[in-house]
Amino acid sequence: MTINLGSETPVTESIQPKTSYTSLRKTMWLEIKNDKMALISLILLIAILLTVYIGSLLLNLEKITRIDVFNIYAEPSAVHWLGTDYGGRDVFGVLLIGAKNSITIGVVITLISGIIGLTVGLIAGYFGGLVDNVIMRIIDFIIILPFLMIIIVLITVVPVFNVYTFIAILSIFLWTGKARLIRSKTLAERELDYVNASKTLGTPNWKIMMFEVLPNLSSIIIVNLTLTLAGNIGIETGLTYLGFGLPESVPSLGTLVAYASNPEVIENRWWVWLPASLLILVIMLCINFIGQALKRAADARQRLT
Amino acid sequence: MLKFIFRRTLIMIPQIFILSVLIFLLAKAMPGDALTGQLGSGDVDPERIEELREKAGLNDPWHIQYGRWIGNVVQGDFGKSSVYQQKVTNLIGDRVGNTLLLSASILIVSYLIAIPLGIIAGRWTHSWADKMIVGYNYLSFATPLFVFALIMLFIFGFMLQWFPIGGSVDIRADKGTLEYVISKARHLFLPTMAGALLATFSTIQYLRNEIIDTKIKDFVKTARAKGVPESKVYTHHILRNSLLPIAAFLGYEITGLIGGSIFLESIFSYPGLGQLFLSSISSRDFSVVTILVLISGIAAIVGTMLSDIILSWIDPRIRID
Repeated sequence: MTINLGSETPVTESIQPKTSYTSLRKTMWLEIKNDKMALISLILLIAILLTVYIGSLLLNLEKITRIDVFNIYAEPSAVHWLGTDYGGRDVFGVLLIGAKNSITIGVVITLISGIIGLTVGLIAGYFGGLVDNVIMRIIDFIIILPFLMIIIVLITVVPVFNVYTFIAILSIFLWTGKARLIRSKTLAERELDYVNASKTLGTPNWKIMMFEVLPNLSSIIIVNLTLTLAGNIGIETGLTYLGFGLPESVPSLGTLVAYASNPEVIENRWWVWLPASLLILVIMLCINFIGQALKRAADARQRLT
Repeated sequence: MLKFIFRRTLIMIPQIFILSVLIFLLAKAMPGDALTGQLGSGDVDPERIEELREKAGLNDPWHIQYGRWIGNVVQGDFGKSSVYQQKVTNLIGDRVGNTLLLSASILIVSYLIAIPLGIIAGRWTHSWADKMIVGYNYLSFATPLFVFALIMLFIFGFMLQWFPIGGSVDIRADKGTLEYVISKARHLFLPTMAGALLATFSTIQYLRNEIIDTKIKDFVKTARAKGVPESKVYTHHILRNSLLPIAAFLGYEITGLIGGSIFLESIFSYPGLGQLFLSSISSRDFSVVTILVLISGIAAIVGTMLSDIILSWIDPRIRID
């Protein structure tokens, strides 16, 4: 991470017109390519995603979730690569399905909360004034709330609890950070000449927001979505670990980790909970390393290349 | 300044009001009500229950019920737990000390780790030490607390058996003896380390950036030009400005600490408020749950307000008028 804020930096450099234009996609790729950790993370993440999504297609779901009382807590072997759990189910199979569910739900939550945060942030930042004031007070309030406790209470209170309500409840609380970020960037953007010029030409506000301001924020949005995706997978698996996440019929990586709350399992049956824990760790680290590289790409001052 | 404090405190009143209404409505949505806690298992006669409900005012419109509930809470009457059959005040009183102790030690240890590391990283930018610290910072940011705490418990509690695997103190130790204090510290060690090692991110990040920004500023150059030794430039000129806000961030950490204590207390079977919250929710003991959420929410709101005030006192630029 190079931050060069030296006042000695010659000013003339930035004034000179750029001869070649590098697209955002190319800059991002260059930044990942030149950061060994990010490149390894990207390759590893793609490998995990391919294994998880293709693997769970090939697996026989019924065979994995079937309870086999003769094979309870079998140690890892050629048949069961990661042994079996308390119901004799193959841990490797549950791990694949769990990873698939965790990643998919993490992505869906990130997208939904991203869309909410983006819309609210754009509106608050673009219009400013009273609208901005009211929205920001609401966001300040939601951010202070002990959201983990309230989410757990909501999950126990909702009449029908399934994957969809789980996603909805999490999305209600997780958009605020994004909205705040987008709002502050939009506030700076709307002062620029191109927005004023468009307004003078009579372009409707929504068009300016959607087609002019939004594209200029795309790099920040991509970075933010990547970094929060990791966080959201953490929150989902964490809640499932506590027993307030996905139901056991829809296993998540947290479901496997949760077996560790039994002292017997954590001490002597490492194959049940440790692989899932490490997989969560690896997925979150990979996404973060990629996110950090994208962050540098989005901010010209920090670029390595 | 006084005007700012006054305005900032005023904002808090609607915040706490909305929080309490929200929690009250959530409590209404929970199965069972204040009456469930008072009924013995023998009282099942529907007519009698209806009579009791009428008497307890549970058939009144919700805003009247809210007024009565908040009135009781303000007077310190938190109701009765239906599972433990004792006052919620007593239940919380038994455990609040443990949670405060854990949170305080996490905060202290995380500052003890983060402040030196932040200074080193900021002062010797791009050295190998800086690279290690930035690497650690990325790791701590990305690692989920519950996975890290579980692995710590597995390695140091189960495999190496250096530390106890649960509880807050050895039950055989007598209160007041040295043995008791040592046992308490040993029980505290693992959850504290698990929490503190992952709580350093924002402090290190903030200090490093602050120092990098400040060390090229004109007043620092002037100090150097006048021949002030480099170490003194840091202690007297740079850190003076950068360290103060860190203390003020304390209040913002409360929401995170509450969330963290739920995971840590559940993993290390540490008898605190987080564990009480989880067990109450599992046993549908909602009078306890309601009060715990309310207390945590108010703690976070007040903490944020204090931080805002302290920060604007230190740094007049962020005062809102």
